[in-house]
Amino acid sequence: MKVALSVTCVNDAMFPDVGKAVVRLLRRLGCEVDFPRAQTCCGQPMVNTGYLDEAVGAVRTYVDAFAGYDAVVTPSGSCAGSARHQHAIVGRRAGETGSDPGLASAVAAAAPTYELTEFLVDVLGVTDVGAYFPHTVTYHPTCHSLRMLGVGDRPLQLLREVRGLRLRELPAADQCCGFGGTFAVKNSDTSVAMGADKARHVRSTGAEVLVAGDSSCLMHVGGVLSRQRSGVRTVHLAEVLAATEGD
Amino acid sequence: MSRTFVGMPPFPSAAREALGDTQLRHNLAHATGVIRDKRARLVEEQGDLWEPLRLAGAAVKQRALDDLATHLERLEASLTAAGATVHWARDAEEACRVVASVARSHGVDEVVKVKSMATAEIELNEHLEAAGIAAWETDLAELIVQLGEDLPSHILVPAIHRNRAEIREIFLRRMAAVGRPAPADLTDEPEVLAAAAREHLREKFLRAKVGVSGANFAVAETGTLVVVESEGNGRMCLTLPEVLVSVVGIEKVVPTFAELDPLLRLLPRSSTGERMNPYTSMWTGPSAPDGTADGPQEVHVVLLDNGRTRALADDTGRQALRCIRCSACLNVCPVYERTGGHAYGSVYPGPIGAILNPLLTGTGVDEQTDSLPYASTLCGACFEACPVRIDIPEVLVHLRSKVVDGHRGDRVPKPEAVAMKAAGWAFADASRLGLVEKASGLSGRVLSRLSRTTLPGGRPAAGRLPGPAAAWTGARDLPAPPAESFRGWWDRTDGGRSERGTSYDQQQGTSRPYDVPEESG
Repeated sequence: MKVALSVTCVNDAMFPDVGKAVVRLLRRLGCEVDFPRAQTCCGQPMVNTGYLDEAVGAVRTYVDAFAGYDAVVTPSGSCAGSARHQHAIVGRRAGETGSDPGLASAVAAAAPTYELTEFLVDVLGVTDVGAYFPHTVTYHPTCHSLRMLGVGDRPLQLLREVRGLRLRELPAADQCCGFGGTFAVKNSDTSVAMGADKARHVRSTGAEVLVAGDSSCLMHVGGVLSRQRSGVRTVHLAEVLAATEGD
Repeated sequence: MSRTFVGMPPFPSAAREALGDTQLRHNLAHATGVIRDKRARLVEEQGDLWEPLRLAGAAVKQRALDDLATHLERLEASLTAAGATVHWARDAEEACRVVASVARSHGVDEVVKVKSMATAEIELNEHLEAAGIAAWETDLAELIVQLGEDLPSHILVPAIHRNRAEIREIFLRRMAAVGRPAPADLTDEPEVLAAAAREHLREKFLRAKVGVSGANFAVAETGTLVVVESEGNGRMCLTLPEVLVSVVGIEKVVPTFAELDPLLRLLPRSSTGERMNPYTSMWTGPSAPDGTADGPQEVHVVLLDNGRTRALADDTGRQALRCIRCSACLNVCPVYERTGGHAYGSVYPGPIGAILNPLLTGTGVDEQTDSLPYASTLCGACFEACPVRIDIPEVLVHLRSKVVDGHRGDRVPKPEAVAMKAAGWAFADASRLGLVEKASGLSGRVLSRLSRTTLPGGRPAAGRLPGPAAAWTGARDLPAPPAESFRGWWDRTDGGRSERGTSYDQQQGTSRPYDVPEESG
């Protein structure tokens, strides 16, 4: 199966190991992974701040970069949600303003973008990916994976099969961590208040590692956990699933 | 003198102040948690029936909105046929004037009120006070807010920010000035506080000639108004006074009586977390024109626009008018739970307030209203909880775009607009993004060498940074950018195929592509 990796701008620029982990994981599971060089960003930072015109170029680039692939896989619930739910809004706008009249139909015809755990469980049909991660872990379900995509317990199904991993349940797990894109700086006080509560719940589990499927949320909660000198580190789910005993 | 929300600062500043109020944080976390759990249990109990019920409720309200003019005309005809007097009010001013003139025509200087969002929205109490008419709130939480010269902070429980110790003090200090004083030995036990409120209100109920209410629903087919409540104070106001004036938002219309069914099942479950609310009052015009039975002999209905037709004209925003004021979105909102309702600067706080206020007044009018669509992380908990399926995140993003579009003509663009334009430019072409990432990699090398901070796991990080970066780093460490982007790695290693002995640091969970200083001195 020929799969295109949509690595996301945040992982590309800030967390390249997450992208490498997805490549290793998918190859291990027998996929041919390509990284279309033309890709940039799904456009979500602009859309969610209200800058629809500024997102037209990004969405056009996204649609063109991934044209012709069987599936697009991304290690982010938020970016998958953006591709599946927001690109149409930008397409409509581009039609109304005339900046890109063909965008709406190109979006409608685009290959589906899967969040990593959806692709693993639904498309590849695996929950045991042969991973080994001998650490005590708690998992935070990110909002867009949970409520925009409805990934349900797929991430937990995958984590339960990881050898050596001890999973601790996170209290108030479904509450937002407070990142929220530009919310994190536009409403930084409220964002930090939410992040502090999330960090408190994480610490209460006694886990040494906080795992989630979105690097941006991890950067936020991880930033709080680090400032607190909590000793809890954050690791993207893809990195946990890619880790093996041979590493 | 009661207070109003006029002059409230934009959400981020108002929130900052609220976040520092430890009592507020504690009261809210406790109260929203309790209601949230009650609601969740009832929704779970409904199982597979819940989603169809939501769809049915949304469909009823949507059907009413899609042909609002027709249903409103039918409502007016039904009400008139039942003997009620119908008034149309374009705005708050007109609506308040109608209520004041009805009160004045009966020579009264006081009215008793059923809890009503519409009358809070139009600041009826303040208007009546200026006209020399006292408006007594009879809902317990509204009474607490009114006695405390406070502002409401929740749609269902306007005094949710108060705990019982604070309520006891308010009763002791304020009741005497406006009626029957609180007993001197008042404790903060809920039963004792409720009894004091009951005694205080009883004399007002028995004395009042004019009652004022809103309505949860207005049935076009029959001209029936519906009020749903828990305390029985509403039933008192709707039956004891001789005259009743109801201020009803035009979006409250429901086409037929049968269509109340899903709404009356959705509302109590979503709002108080009960299968059925204790008091559901329905009335169709005056109860007894000859004065031989209980209930008002004169009934007025003020149909209020006050921005609703503006909201209706917004294709995406229109769905907000489906709102049945249950407060479920407030109780599940992680932002509301921490900031409370006052930070939203309106009687409609929380997620629904963040969309309803800008829809009613329009964007681009004032900075405070324009800040509301940004008072959300777009986590989607509100949409999930909404009994009439208002896609609040969708409307929030839509309203953000209206706020941004309103500033496109600015002579000096905001720094945010400049940044977004730059981001849009870089993201429109991968080669541009590659250049940005190379620059970011360089800054990462420098930052890594200067850094005195490491994230748990060992990655170099920025501690506190000055300027705009302080908004992030004031309370959060920020990982230093890696020396090499994923794109750079892919190009250099042919997608990892030519990388020597791909090292995957098991312990760190990272292959550390950044420069880690040998040893800092």
